[in-house]
Amino acid sequence: MSKVTNTKIVEDIVVIATEGYLNKDLGEEIQNIAQKYIDDGSSIFLINLKDSKIVNSIGASILIELIEQLQDIDGQLVFCDLAPIIEKTFKIMGLTKYCKVYPTEDEAVKELA
Amino acid sequence: MNKAPTVELKLPIIKDMELIATQTSEVVSKHMSLTDDQSGEISMALIEACINAFEHSETKNEVYIHFIISDNELTIKVIDKGKGFDASKIKIPEIENKINTNERKRGWGLMLIKELMDSVDFESDHTGTTLTMVKKKDSNE
Repeated sequence: MSKVTNTKIVEDIVVIATEGYLNKDLGEEIQNIAQKYIDDGSSIFLINLKDSKIVNSIGASILIELIEQLQDIDGQLVFCDLAPIIEKTFKIMGLTKYCKVYPTEDEAVKELA
Repeated sequence: MNKAPTVELKLPIIKDMELIATQTSEVVSKHMSLTDDQSGEISMALIEACINAFEHSETKNEVYIHFIISDNELTIKVIDKGKGFDASKIKIPEIENKINTNERKRGWGLMLIKELMDSVDFESDHTGTTLTMVKKKDSNE
C-alpha cells in the first residue's frame, strides 16, 4: 500500500521518493534507508512525497527523529512535491521550521547542489 | 423536523482502517461541495481521531464513526468503548521540546484535530469516548 519507490544520489543529495500513505511503516522505511546513507557519509536528504497524498502524525513523528539525527551531523532534511494537506500538517507540527519545502525535486536539487 | 442525513461506519481495530473513514469523508465532502482543502483537513483530522480511538482507548471492540450532514456544516462523531481519557492531562506538543530531548516524538493527534477543524468536543469516561468535530462549510481554512 505504501513504500519507498526510488532512492538515488543527485549532486551528493540523497533523494528518497515514496508512494502511498505516510504512516508508521513508511516512516520507518524512510528512516532505515536514510540510516544506511548516513552510515556511508551522506548528510543531505530530500524526500519526494509527490505520490504520497496522505500522512499521519506517527509517520511524521518518525521524520522528527530523522531531523534530530541529521542535526547531530550538521545535515539537512528537505521535502518536495507536498500535497497541500501534508504541507499544512508539517507546518502545524513545526517540521517546516527545520526543513525547507520545495515545489519540485528539480528546484530542490538546484538550490541544494 | 427532518432528521439530518447521517452516514455511519463501524471500523474493526485493524491496521490502516482509518483510510476507510477518509474514503467515506471524501465522498461526503464532495456531496456537500466542500473545497479540496476542507476535504483534506477533514481526512487528516479523521485519521488522527481514528488512531487515537484505535490505540489510546485500548478498546478491543469496533470504533463507530457518524458523519452528520447539514446545509452549513459537517459533524463527525468518532465513538469508542475504551477506557476514556482526561483531556486536561494532555500537553500541547511543541516541536522545540521534542527535538534533541528525551520527550517522545509522538502526541500530535489532538492538536492537529483542533487546528484542522472548526470545533472539537469530547465526552469521555471509563466506558468510552465520543469525539465530536465540526467543519463549517463557509470556514476560511
